[in-house]
Order: sequence, then structure tokens, then C-alpha cells
Amino acid sequence: MSVDTTTLLAILAMAAVTYITRIAGLFVADRLVLTGRAKAAFDAIPPAVLVAVIAPTALTTGWAEAIAAAITAIAAFRLPLLATVAVGVASVVLLRGVI
Amino acid sequence: MDQINPYRTELGREARAGLRDIAPAAIAAIPIGLLFGAVAAGKGMTTAEVTLMSTLVFAGGAQFAAIETWIHPAPILTLAFATFLINVRHVLMGASLSPKMKLSRTQELLAYFFLTDESWALAERRALDRPVTGAYWAAMAGMLFANWVVSTTLGAVLGSFLGDPARLGADFAFTALFIGLIAGFGRSRVTLVTVGTSAAVAALVHHFIGAPWHVACGAIAGIAAAYLAAPKEARA
Repeated sequence: MSVDTTTLLAILAMAAVTYITRIAGLFVADRLVLTGRAKAAFDAIPPAVLVAVIAPTALTTGWAEAIAAAITAIAAFRLPLLATVAVGVASVVLLRGVI
Repeated sequence: MDQINPYRTELGREARAGLRDIAPAAIAAIPIGLLFGAVAAGKGMTTAEVTLMSTLVFAGGAQFAAIETWIHPAPILTLAFATFLINVRHVLMGASLSPKMKLSRTQELLAYFFLTDESWALAERRALDRPVTGAYWAAMAGMLFANWVVSTTLGAVLGSFLGDPARLGADFAFTALFIGLIAGFGRSRVTLVTVGTSAAVAALVHHFIGAPWHVACGAIAGIAAAYLAAPKEARA
């Protein structure tokens, strides 16, 4: 049961930032009303971050990963989350064997 | 005889309703938690570190992003900034929910530690036809929390026996999971522009400049694209 000091600090920083976002809404409840472009930009934050995290793995690692990512994206609109993950993992294993 | 005390009965009924409502989300989160723990172990995190992260951070999206870009030693500021970007949506969720759940300020500071997409969505739905009580929230959010800590810890224990995750394609599991999560934001024109811009900028920055800059650059480009692509008139 060991904890690295830098890892501990990273976890504490993530925890503090997350807690602040969770309680910040309590203090701005009567003032925060976003509309139009500002709301669109705010709503875009989660997908924009998620895509940025995986883009290098999905697009620039190799053909197997890029094709598997495309297959996963098609599955994602039709299947539940876990089935989507299963399709993605199975395709990458197959494609790595073929390519 | 506690059962006859009407206040106690009310509490029990609210708590049972919370557990009933959260059950599907909690069950669906178990394999996701196992996967998180296993991949985190594969990236060199100890079981204690995984448990600590799930307990203190308790935010799936931010934890997944952290593990996907995990290196030793951990880049503290980069992780904190990515965590902020992913979790800033909580501000709007808390602002919307707090007038609907009558708690004292101290109770609020405790209760909102457990704010997640799932518990927020369920509380907002319940608020449509009745007040959201502390007992309902405690049962629901507490259940999801315990579930997440236990399943990620178990995943870390099991993952350390599995060995190299790339052998089983498990290194691609997060990419696939993220694609599934992104699809959940829909196929509107603004979302597609956001996703396309973010992906292109992140891939280019990763190639020419390197990690971890691709996350912030891609995300900011995607957000800017959404701002420009959205109609000027407020449609809320």
C-alpha cells in the first residue's frame, strides 16, 4: 500500500479543483444564466476535452487504431456504452493482427 | 418503535426511493470502474493510489482523462487544468439544483462533494414533481460513491495480475470508452464542428509540439469553434 508523493499531490490538486467546481454553483445560483453563443461554448467543453485527450491515440498511432476508432464511432451511435467499448477493443485486436 | 415515528418512516421512504433510482446507473458503473482500476494499475498506479483518487476526486471523466495521459512523475498543473476543464460543468449543475434542494449551508458543502452527472440528473427529474430531500440525495449519491470506490479498487487489484494491457487491446479501451461518451453529446452541427476541430488541433499539436499540450490546445480550439458555429441569437 504505497503512495508516491508527486502522485499524491496530483490527486489532491485534482480533488481540490473538482470540489471547487461542485460547490461554486451554490454561490452563483441566482446570477448564472448563460444563453446563445456563451452557452454553446460552455456546453462544448466536455466533448472538446474528451476528443482532445484521445485524438493522438485514435488518429496518429497507426492505421489499426484509426480504423478501429472509426468503427467504434459508428457503434457508439447504435449500442450502449459497454458494448461500444467491446466493439472498439475487439476491432483493434483484429486489425493489429491483420495490418 | 421507530417504524411508527412518522419522521423516521419518511426518511426511510426517501432513502429507498434514492437507492431505487440510482440502481441502474450504479450497476452500469461497475464494469467501467473495474476497467478504470485495471488500466490505472497497468499505467503503474498502486491500488492505494487508485482508491485514494476515486475517494477524493470521485469524477469519472476527469479520472479517465488523467489516466489516459498519465506519466511519471505526474504533471500536477496539467492534470489540475484538465480536471478543471472537464468538471467546470458542475458549476452550472450546482447552480441549477441548489434552489430545489433545501439544505443548510453546512449540509450543502457536504452534499455537493457527491455531485455527479447521474445524481444531478436524477435529482433534477425528481424536483419536477416533489421536493428533493437530503435523505434522498444521501442514499442516491452515497450509493454511487461507494460503488465507484469499491469497483475501481477491485479493478486495480485484478489489473495488477493481468499484465501488459496492450496484449488484450485494453490500452484501446479508454479510446473506445471516450468515443462512446462523446457520442452521448449528440450529432448536432455545433457538436460535430467542436469534435472535428478539437480532434484535428489536438492531433497536430501532439505531433508537432508533444504531450501534454494537445489536451488544452485541442479543447480550447473546440470550444472556440462551438462559440463561432453557434447561432448568435439566444435560443437557450
